Amino acid sequence: MTEQRITRPLEKITVRTDTRDILAHAKRDAVRRKFDDWLIFDMDSHHQESVSWNEIVQFIEDPVVREQAMNYHNERVGAPPYGLNANFGMRYQDVGGRILHQADRREDVSGETVHRDVVLARRAMEAMSVDYTILFPVSMLLLGTHPQAHMEVQLGDAYNRWLTEYLIPQDSRLKTLIYLPFNSPDAAYRTAEKFADKPGVIGFCVTSIRHAGVHENAYMPLYRLIEETGKPIAFHAAYHWTDPSLKTIPTFLGMHSLSFVWCNMVHMTNWILQGIPERFPALKSIWVESGLAWIPFLMQRLDDQYMMRQSEAPLLKRMPSDYMRENCWYSSQPMERGNLEALELTMKMINAETQLLYSSDWPHFDFDTPGSIFNLPFVSEQAKRNILGLNAARLFGLPETRPEP
Amino acid sequence: MKVHVGQADEIRAEGHIVVAIGEKEVGLFAVGDGIVGWMNICPHQGGPVCQGRLFRRVVEPLDAERRSFGRQFDETDRHIVCPWHGLEFDLRTGRNAANGELRLRGVPVTVEGEDVYVEV
Ligand code: FES
Repeated sequence: MTEQRITRPLEKITVRTDTRDILAHAKRDAVRRKFDDWLIFDMDSHHQESVSWNEIVQFIEDPVVREQAMNYHNERVGAPPYGLNANFGMRYQDVGGRILHQADRREDVSGETVHRDVVLARRAMEAMSVDYTILFPVSMLLLGTHPQAHMEVQLGDAYNRWLTEYLIPQDSRLKTLIYLPFNSPDAAYRTAEKFADKPGVIGFCVTSIRHAGVHENAYMPLYRLIEETGKPIAFHAAYHWTDPSLKTIPTFLGMHSLSFVWCNMVHMTNWILQGIPERFPALKSIWVESGLAWIPFLMQRLDDQYMMRQSEAPLLKRMPSDYMRENCWYSSQPMERGNLEALELTMKMINAETQLLYSSDWPHFDFDTPGSIFNLPFVSEQAKRNILGLNAARLFGLPETRPEP
Repeated sequence: MKVHVGQADEIRAEGHIVVAIGEKEVGLFAVGDGIVGWMNICPHQGGPVCQGRLFRRVVEPLDAERRSFGRQFDETDRHIVCPWHGLEFDLRTGRNAANGELRLRGVPVTVEGEDVYVEV
């Protein structure tokens, strides 16, 4: 039997498609799962700060650098953002036009009364039923390899000011972890001091692509200060193709698979073996955007080796994996789920019920919707609620109920 | 239930179209001389797979010594690429290019003259 049902054409997705249309299926799933009743905290989403760079440079404190930056942006058309060292010609994340929300986002934001980044964040939050999100930058994730330490300080500070004075006050559901210019420990200390109590600041961020030993004595005052604030410090991973250890890898696929994990494995190894959790027992660290599969590997590896060489890590009073499970928190994305048995064991090993924080990483090509957690067959409903929002609320000291619309 | 979803010449001209029929969403693709239909729900994470772009399959031929000289397009196999995370599915078989066990859900299609119907 033929039916004259109403059919409706659906548009193909392009760089101009509205975020809410790209994520319409996520919205539909959120309604079915009654997420209205769930607190959902997105630990890691991104905004493309380089698009607003001509605004951000106006916040540079150093008058000489500021003037250079403003002249650069006024006088050059099509030039990459002033002072940023990210490789702007090698952005292969969209897989040659296959994943367009990571190619460009030219959706219409006209008629809106808030900044474009706020509009885009709100649209994604609406679609995924997210109540709070932490906005991270993108190009600045490589600032830790900038050849001029001074520029990391200046650009990091300008971004922090732009974000806390201008951008996130436009929506109280947007939060930030302050960018620490970690290659300059004194400046990182001053930054933490300066921004710790600003509205919307719920922690501190070290971008993990850098060659700095997180255990160096120069950082101890910083860790003491952060511990006293009660707010966590996050290590946000990224990729770094020019790292000599990745030089032989010919594809973005291979490089990205390793690089996003490798940087945090190095920092975590130093963090644990050099006894930072023993020195600062109340300091909470979050390991962001490295997925989860590396954690059981590193726990086992460090435990085994530590047993044989305890004299090289005399500060430890427990096994490395104990610190990794009790003093560290993890963001979920990109959650490896090719083998659900392995994932189940991983969640057990990291005590996901209290330590795991849902993150979307939207709008990046390997983003996860809240469904990535909700659909897990071996996780209890309470644990899902914890991972999707309650763990973060407790960690960041936010209310455990949804904010008023 | 058989539902009229479009005209074959329109689908051939566009390469593919996507339509919503109530709650259900269906992609219709011109493949060879025919039209095939796949549900617009990605087996990866539920994304709108049929609203993505079509790409030729990428291959990497080796010479007799098993040396690689880079990638090429296969001119016969085409993939619909899910716009959420880029998983690629063969238009004829619905199989994922990386893991053939992951498949699109098919929709029976009939073409009468230029009228295209699906069974949903
Ligand atoms: S949902 Fe289709 S690629 Fe992930």
